[in-house]
Amino acid sequence: MAEEREKIIVPGPAGYNPQPAMFLGVDLPPPGKALLYGQVVDEEEAMREAAKAMLTRKNPTIFPGPLVLWGWNAGAMEKAKAVLELAEEIPNCRIIPMPDYRPKYPKIDPEAEINPNHPNLTILHNKIEACIFVGVHCHYANLSLRMIRAGTNCFTIALCAEMGHEDAMVSLRDVHADEIRRFKEVLIEVRNQLGIEWTPTPPPENPSLPKEEFQTISPWDFGEYASLLIPRRGEVVEETE
Amino acid sequence: MSDQRPEQKVVEPEYLLKEAPREKKFITGSQAFAEAIKRANVDIAIAYPITPQSETMHLVGDLYAQGYVKDYYRAEEEYGAMSAIAGAVRGGARAFSATSGPGLLRGLEAIVSWPGHRIPVVLGVMTRVVNAPLSIQPDNVEIAYLLHSGLIVLHAENQQDVFDFTLAGFAISEKVDVYIPVVVPTEGFFVTHAKGYVELPPEDLKLPPRDPYKAPVPPTDCEIPPARIQRDAPVQKSNFMSYLIHAVWQQEIWSANKRAMKWIYHYLGGPIEIVNPDAEIFVVASGCAAAQGREAQRYAEQEGLNVGLIKIKSIRPFPEKEVREALKNAKAVIVPEHNIVGWLAKEVKAVIPNSGIVVDGPRVYGGMTLPVELIMEEIYKAAGVKKEKKTVV
Repeated sequence: MAEEREKIIVPGPAGYNPQPAMFLGVDLPPPGKALLYGQVVDEEEAMREAAKAMLTRKNPTIFPGPLVLWGWNAGAMEKAKAVLELAEEIPNCRIIPMPDYRPKYPKIDPEAEINPNHPNLTILHNKIEACIFVGVHCHYANLSLRMIRAGTNCFTIALCAEMGHEDAMVSLRDVHADEIRRFKEVLIEVRNQLGIEWTPTPPPENPSLPKEEFQTISPWDFGEYASLLIPRRGEVVEETE
Repeated sequence: MSDQRPEQKVVEPEYLLKEAPREKKFITGSQAFAEAIKRANVDIAIAYPITPQSETMHLVGDLYAQGYVKDYYRAEEEYGAMSAIAGAVRGGARAFSATSGPGLLRGLEAIVSWPGHRIPVVLGVMTRVVNAPLSIQPDNVEIAYLLHSGLIVLHAENQQDVFDFTLAGFAISEKVDVYIPVVVPTEGFFVTHAKGYVELPPEDLKLPPRDPYKAPVPPTDCEIPPARIQRDAPVQKSNFMSYLIHAVWQQEIWSANKRAMKWIYHYLGGPIEIVNPDAEIFVVASGCAAAQGREAQRYAEQEGLNVGLIKIKSIRPFPEKEVREALKNAKAVIVPEHNIVGWLAKEVKAVIPNSGIVVDGPRVYGGMTLPVELIMEEIYKAAGVKKEKKTVV
């Protein structure tokens, strides 16, 4: 049983313009440790609380960022696979991507994506009460986590490849594919303890995106990004760096 | 540039700064900047000359000729220099620049945008008078202009600090949880053109190269699609931004500034140095004034007065807790400064509960030196010691 600690960072709404966690005295955890409600704890303890939130709160959702979505190196591809494996184990989990950080105007499609300029819109529209950030660059994750804490009641979990995020309710650091799979195992254990029966099921397709036919898909289907996908003359792409 | 790069072994910053054997040299502050750059694995240096900075960047230019720095050029003026630095760093390079007084103010619009752009870079500032009438003499009022933009500011007392702060500056500013610029100001001429003893690690060691992918923002090299990820980022699209993202963005920069404190402890042993912590009268100073304060503390000790010194190395992040703790039993705090506005005295007053004990001064400016006797006069007043003034005609 973990000792009772003051909860500094809890689900909001925290107010119009709340102080960032760093100003409240929350420090990033050292290697091997995690943050739970703004306090440094063992990773296992933080993982269990994160798992409980994803299993018991409404509309759990994973928000993968560019470092997972764009398969630009072997690590990213493996991490993306691990994220899908994790999503399959969370009952009724959805995946809503944060593909880039550009402002989406005149209006974001909150069912299709989340954006750091107004992440609260996606959270509120989909009534998401627990979410995981993974593969989002730290700067943009911090902006989003603060806005979500300010204006929503969402329980935020950051699976960070670097040093972590003070404004998330749960923040794990140095998280790559292996650590995501470890979190998945903890989540399955907590799910069983809670007596939740679930058969691993892939998350639903993103309703706002056209269906991708992998047999017939062409680089030109990617519009302005097509040039990024077409190998240069004579180039054989087996693996990127 | 030399076709041949000097043989240098890459070592971790911890080893280079804290463990490598050091050899004592007698060099100027400008040379100390250059010695740091020699070991910092710098990709590019860009600057526009201005006294008293010119000698430093001349020496860095020599390093380019010798192959220690990969690229180097003189920009058209400071605004261009500081803007080009932002571009180079955003493109993945490790960069260094330096400037002084009016040059700093000319480049200031670009410089204060660096933190928001998440630009990890080191900027040397060789302080100089900025206000009319024109003068090239030392005066550090320009540091006041650097304090409210999110920059990390490490004020160097002497040539040794110049070397250590500059080298550590690269390691601190490139930490993923920090990733904002480090400015290393020191007094022009008093430090830059005067010689002092500096303990230097071997010159055949250097920092690891910058890894631009270990960053809280995407690099601009288009390797992470979509390629427009930075060009259209909200950082340059204010008309499309919500007020809220600007608010949390500012919070993020100041959070990053606070996060730098643990790295200042890690690489530099902490943001302050305390001499005689049990004293009731303290001299609190930074930069060159700390050197004079150090002398005043020594004089006072010789005269049997219980006086301490708090040297503040990190002006941003300001060591609020540390200063408050160190001054908790103080009866008087003397803050000597090389400027008329007293920016350090204001900082000290803001973080202690009993700001009335802070003595505003002594202050010198316009290039004046800061005689130890001026500080001693305030110490005598605080200690209730009456000294007869002798007038020699």
